[in-house]
Amino acid sequence: MTTQTTLSLTTEAREHLTALAESAYPNEACGALIGRGNDAGPSIHEVASAENLNRERAHDRYELNPVDLLKAEERAASTGAEVLGIWHTHPDHPAIPSETDRLAAWEGWSYIIVSVQKGRCDSIRSWRLVEDAFIEELIQS
Amino acid sequence: MTQVTIRIPTPLRTFTNGASQLTVEAATVRDALQAAGTEHVELLARILDDAGDLRTFVNLFVGSKNISQLDGLDTPVAEGEVLSILPAVAGGDR
Repeated sequence: MTTQTTLSLTTEAREHLTALAESAYPNEACGALIGRGNDAGPSIHEVASAENLNRERAHDRYELNPVDLLKAEERAASTGAEVLGIWHTHPDHPAIPSETDRLAAWEGWSYIIVSVQKGRCDSIRSWRLVEDAFIEELIQS
Repeated sequence: MTQVTIRIPTPLRTFTNGASQLTVEAATVRDALQAAGTEHVELLARILDDAGDLRTFVNLFVGSKNISQLDGLDTPVAEGEVLSILPAVAGGDR
């Protein structure tokens, strides 16, 4: 049986995430989750933004610019933190991972999905890949 | 041979006993990965396929340069250089 983890998200990080998600609408936005991990789950204190390289289908696809991920890794390491996951948005769709999300996901990271409905943040949920299936983790703010 | 550092992303640290970086002796990116793989076999399997090519969902950077814009796995590495392994990240709502 898989133990459900809890992702802690600071108020500042949640507000920043919401602002980034809404400003990108109607396109998908993406970025990295920076924080520190422990046995209970990740504790995220920074939400980094990244370029979506998928311009042709930016409304329903994203491809995170690896240069931005590298910068997030370097910034995290310089403060003793780590990149512990990825966030992206689902414009006018629920915050539930798609098959496209699952196929590209890595075990060990948290995947926050922000549902943006008509330009406003509707819900924020987090998921982890376990044995090829996504399991939702609780978000504590 | 020169000494290079390999940075390991958090999803792959399961295969390095939790280590966030490894130090190896290598002349090219491929050498560096093979050197890391002698001790961490599962790590290497997550980066290279059976034919020895880079897997689809992995990016490798030497310093700030993606090796896809250099000489790929044959890109030479200099003393003290940092090789970063980065998961390729993509998805969508459908």
